[in-house]
Amino acid sequence: MDWSLIIENSIKGFIGINAVYFAIAAIGLNVQFGFTGLLNFGQAGFMACGAYGLGMTAHYFGISMWWGIPIGIAFSVVLGFLMGIPTLRLRADYLAIVTIAAAEIIRLVVRSVKFKTYFGGSDGINGFSDSFRNIGDNIGIVQANQYGIWPLRFTGRELWTLVVGWIVVAVVAYFVYLLMKSPWGRVLKAIREDEDAVRSLGKSVFSYKMQSLILGGAIGTMSGMIFALDRGSVQPDNYSRDVTFYILTALVLGGVAKVSGSIVGPMIFWGIFTFMDNFLRQVAKDPIHLGNFTIMKSTQVGQLNYMLIGLTLILLMVYRPQGVFGNRKEMAFDGH
Amino acid sequence: MDTDHSLSEATLAARVALSGVERAPGAAKQDAILNASGIRREFGGIIAVDVKHVEIQRGSITALIGPNGAGKTTLFNLLTGFDKPNTGSWTFNEKSMENVAPHKTASLGMVRTFQLTKSLTKLSVIENMRLGATDQKGEKWWNGLFGRVWKAQEASITERAEELLNRFKLGHMRDEYAGALSGGQRKLLEMARALMTNPTLVMLDEPMAGVNPALKQSLNEHIRGLRDQGMTVLFVEHDMDMVHDVSDWVIVMAEGRIIAEGTPDDISKNPAVIDAYLGTHQGQSLLEDE
Ligand SMILES: Nc1ncnc2c1ncn2[C@@H]1O[C@H](COP(=O)(O)OP(=O)(O)OP(=O)(O)O)[C@@H](O)[C@H]1O
Ligand SMILES: [Mg+2]
Repeated sequence: MDWSLIIENSIKGFIGINAVYFAIAAIGLNVQFGFTGLLNFGQAGFMACGAYGLGMTAHYFGISMWWGIPIGIAFSVVLGFLMGIPTLRLRADYLAIVTIAAAEIIRLVVRSVKFKTYFGGSDGINGFSDSFRNIGDNIGIVQANQYGIWPLRFTGRELWTLVVGWIVVAVVAYFVYLLMKSPWGRVLKAIREDEDAVRSLGKSVFSYKMQSLILGGAIGTMSGMIFALDRGSVQPDNYSRDVTFYILTALVLGGVAKVSGSIVGPMIFWGIFTFMDNFLRQVAKDPIHLGNFTIMKSTQVGQLNYMLIGLTLILLMVYRPQGVFGNRKEMAFDGH
Repeated sequence: MDTDHSLSEATLAARVALSGVERAPGAAKQDAILNASGIRREFGGIIAVDVKHVEIQRGSITALIGPNGAGKTTLFNLLTGFDKPNTGSWTFNEKSMENVAPHKTASLGMVRTFQLTKSLTKLSVIENMRLGATDQKGEKWWNGLFGRVWKAQEASITERAEELLNRFKLGHMRDEYAGALSGGQRKLLEMARALMTNPTLVMLDEPMAGVNPALKQSLNEHIRGLRDQGMTVLFVEHDMDMVHDVSDWVIVMAEGRIIAEGTPDDISKNPAVIDAYLGTHQGQSLLEDE
């Protein structure tokens, strides 16, 4: 068993690009779900807005990649309005249904053959991120070089997106932290608890919910951009329902309604996930045989890992529903 | 009844204004802040509210009484935009209020509380109070980012909130979660929070329910205080002592309709009212009170 490899990979999982893009998406989801109580099950759709905003600059518009940032944000604002206008006046579950459906529609449209000229079909879009990569090379984080010592070793290519990614996490987290400490955030938290109470005090609940949905969505869009820049490609199937649910899991793990929770949750999620994956793979190299029954074939690692993630989530909900960083007191009174 | 109180100027003014008003359902008032006609709301087959006409005298304390299921809460919901009537029109300060969203109603100065308290249990008491203040700069997200834009206003809001909390004997609970308050304290908090909006008409749905007797007396004082500050109060109440004690005018509902109006003394002698209450539990206690 190669413990040095397991440890190195687990640490990389803990602070790696997966944790980064999950953290950004989770911060956005936290604005909607954690602070406002909006059930957005389509965060992957907002992420796709960002990724395709970047990808389409080269693939369809033929303009500089940097235009992709405002284009992606604009996509997500439009998506927010499309999903919010019909649902935000209705009961909470309508938004859930519409967001989950909208995200799937987006994925099916961008991967369709018919719209290949715009979105590249199921192959997605490649080769749009050179201007981003060049900056890294120019400031001395050269793509092909190796940086760091065990257990923190990265290629320049990995390191550059990590640096940018964590800066984005920090900036977005601070931005949301300030907002949630402000009277604006107070209105959102009040809406989460009782919309009618907020209405009776003269605030337009619909308008605040819309702002929350769009802000959280736009942050999700940035997550999609970071992910696309790291991969250097945009793939429709990276924005499936599973992604939204893993992000939600990671968010709950860290603790909802705390900005720190939406950063630490994804780190723990990917730390544990990577550790289990690497550990089980090592076990599977030398399977245990009981008669003709084999425990752990390498093909079973993936499934087992997802089962363990599910089990962890169940145990968490039972024993620590407020998550690692959540506030027990905020959870304690359930409207009675 | 309240001969032992030295009546405030506002009380006298309200009572004088109401003295000439006809003692009949739908009676016209000298100066009505709220004026409603033909309000009807059905739920399936049940006619919950069917009010031909009603006016509320500005600057008065009006009690809305009636047996359970009379339609008092539904009428509150309709007037404040939380529910839509099948038919009906009404004005507040001469402004037509049909199809006005509930939050607009509140910002026009017509604020209501709920029979089932809606204190925001996961916010602290002081945050509940601050939420009530209107026109907050920091409630715009682009301002929220910049503390220096809203901190000064927040400080003055906090000061006003603390004053109100002290008045309602909740000052010591300032930093507790509202969920830690007793049922009666939550009623008080909800009322205090509603006052943060600087309303002109305060509509209280059973403000005394669950409030302990010691506090009830001081709550009465507060309600009178609101009128003395120029507000109009409309409140739903089952406790006839309390109604007698604070109200200038009483409107009685039964089965969705207004069946009587008058001063508290008129009402307790009114046979139609006694009829409406008879057979119900409330009826017994009403009669026993007298
Ligand atoms: N949302 C609703 N759906 C169906 N029926 C309703 C609804 N709300 C109220 N009702 C019915 O309308 C009638 C009036 O109810 P309302 O709550 O207004 O009475 P109330 O005078 O406030 O009574 P209480 O003194 O018990 O609070 C009742 O028969 C009630 O069952
Ligand atoms: Mg009622």
